Amino acid sequence: MSDTLRIENIELPDGGAELRLGGRLTLAAGAAAWDQLRNRCASTASEVRRIDLSALELVDGAGAAELLSLRARRSMAGRPLELVGASEETGQLLDLYGCPNDHTCLKEAPPSPTALEEVGKATVGLLENARDVLDEVGALVSATARAIRRPRSVNWREIPQLMERAGADGVPIIALINFLVGLIIALQAADQLKRYGANVFLADLVGLTMTRELAALMTAIIVAGRSGAAYAAELGTMRVNEEIDALRSLGLDAQRFLVMPRVIALAAVAPLLTLLGMVLGCLGGLVVAMTSLELTPAIYWGELQRAINLLDITEGLTKSVLFAITIVFISCQRGLGTRGGAAGVGRSTTSAVVAILFSLIVLDAIASTLFNSVRNG
Amino acid sequence: MAEERTGTQERGTPVVGEAGLPDTDQKILVRARDLAIGYGRKVIQQSLDFEIRTGAIFAILGGSGCGKSTLLRTLIGMQPPLEGEVEIAGVESLPPPLDTPPPFGVSFQSGALFGSRTLLENVALPLEKWTDLDQRAVEAIALARLRLVGLGGYENYLPAEISGGMQKRAGIARALALEPRLLFLDEPSAGLDPVTSVELDELLKTLNRNLGVTVVLVTHELDSIFRIATRCIMLEKGARGIVALGDPRELRDASDDPRVRRFFNRLPSSA
Repeated sequence: MSDTLRIENIELPDGGAELRLGGRLTLAAGAAAWDQLRNRCASTASEVRRIDLSALELVDGAGAAELLSLRARRSMAGRPLELVGASEETGQLLDLYGCPNDHTCLKEAPPSPTALEEVGKATVGLLENARDVLDEVGALVSATARAIRRPRSVNWREIPQLMERAGADGVPIIALINFLVGLIIALQAADQLKRYGANVFLADLVGLTMTRELAALMTAIIVAGRSGAAYAAELGTMRVNEEIDALRSLGLDAQRFLVMPRVIALAAVAPLLTLLGMVLGCLGGLVVAMTSLELTPAIYWGELQRAINLLDITEGLTKSVLFAITIVFISCQRGLGTRGGAAGVGRSTTSAVVAILFSLIVLDAIASTLFNSVRNG
Repeated sequence: MAEERTGTQERGTPVVGEAGLPDTDQKILVRARDLAIGYGRKVIQQSLDFEIRTGAIFAILGGSGCGKSTLLRTLIGMQPPLEGEVEIAGVESLPPPLDTPPPFGVSFQSGALFGSRTLLENVALPLEKWTDLDQRAVEAIALARLRLVGLGGYENYLPAEISGGMQKRAGIARALALEPRLLFLDEPSAGLDPVTSVELDELLKTLNRNLGVTVVLVTHELDSIFRIATRCIMLEKGARGIVALGDPRELRDASDDPRVRRFFNRLPSSA
């Protein structure tokens, strides 16, 4: 039995043409058979009116689908095509794969929205997103008020575990990153300071940058990557697994049961992690001060104490709490709003991390401006 | 009262006695009036009128995509109706109120157990939240619930460590934690092996007979329907309304509606 498709042209008395198929029209015959059939249909000088299947040795489901699709396409173009001579088996297969009408045999053309429609959709999407964020703010505020009235309704039991996951488990990476950031800043500045004989001011530069700004920001970025993404994925999975509905059916509030424990846990550990980041960042600077600028630890430490005041540390710690609340708020909002299975969880997680990073930078700029006004005012 | 389409019951006539109780003793526990369900602007079903009486095992039937689960979510207040209203024990079914024990138990299609908690902790959660019992009593009740659904000895397992059928049974144990008189179940026997499915049906019958729990379940498992359901409504995709309402065995044997006969006799649509 041949594995290929054979096609014979037969002129019909009415001027049209018939294609008589032989061999096999199967998935195994591959693209060559498909192309051969379509090309012969298109290139035959006379109009192909019929396809005779009587000499076909084998047709499978794919072959039947192709024949039906060919017939539907021709019929919709106003050039009807008849399938004749089908054996009993082939006839049954064509019935099985048959369509109620020609349209349903063909793939529906995907909608192609105009640019204006795209802009409209994007705008509606933005407005809906803003509404969801406001909804979540409202829900969280209302949950906080209820939690104050009924402290027992908060899921306190989960908080230690959440603090451990977000805090203790994150210490090594946060310590290392902040140490390296302090070291890099010092390395970049060391040459310039040496040139002006201002070696000792390395402590001022590293100390102020780390305490006011970078310890809080770098720590928040790592926390966003570790805990923020985890919260969005966890709550998103709970949403698609109906666990959030199950909570509601038990009379429990997702805000108080899931979101508030995370807010409390992260707001508690973020300042501690940031404080650790400040210390490690300054130690990174010390390594460069000792190796490149020949400063002693005592001189570096003395200069640090002179340069940094309580307001600088307060600025870093305040930012860390703001960042922590932002991380939990956005990740939980995206997680609880998840739709559409595993892909939806992925989308929520990505969207949460991007939104958190953007919000952290904006929030940092606002907080820095405010603290600068306090410092200068 | 929903209009009977099968000829086995006329509009307004009393419902056939369920769970062996005379009709006059049976209260209407759930009532749906002119209900339209769907998402956003998409109406999936409309003009749904029916009642569920205390002591019934009431099945919501139909093929995939006909709105069975959406109807269940609307009945339990998880989804607002597009039109009409649902009453449970004479009170409008809104989203279950927070800060009060839930008025009924719900078992979701996937079990919806909390993945980070053991089976015991899952079942104990509603007891911890809504009773003032000490931990020892809570654990004793939760263990008894797990034994009731055949999960004794699995109390320290996490949901991911047990099979899908066991997760569903654990979900039912959690739904039963607070002794509800009304239990909603979404596709309880879908995806279960035949033996587990029969065991689950027996459990529901026991709960109904011995504890007086009214059961409302969404399913398309015919064997299960004939084994346990005392009454049912049938929905069909695109039909926009109840296709049939009544005793499933009577519908199978006496309905002259081809859609009902096809469904109950497992006939393909071309037949």
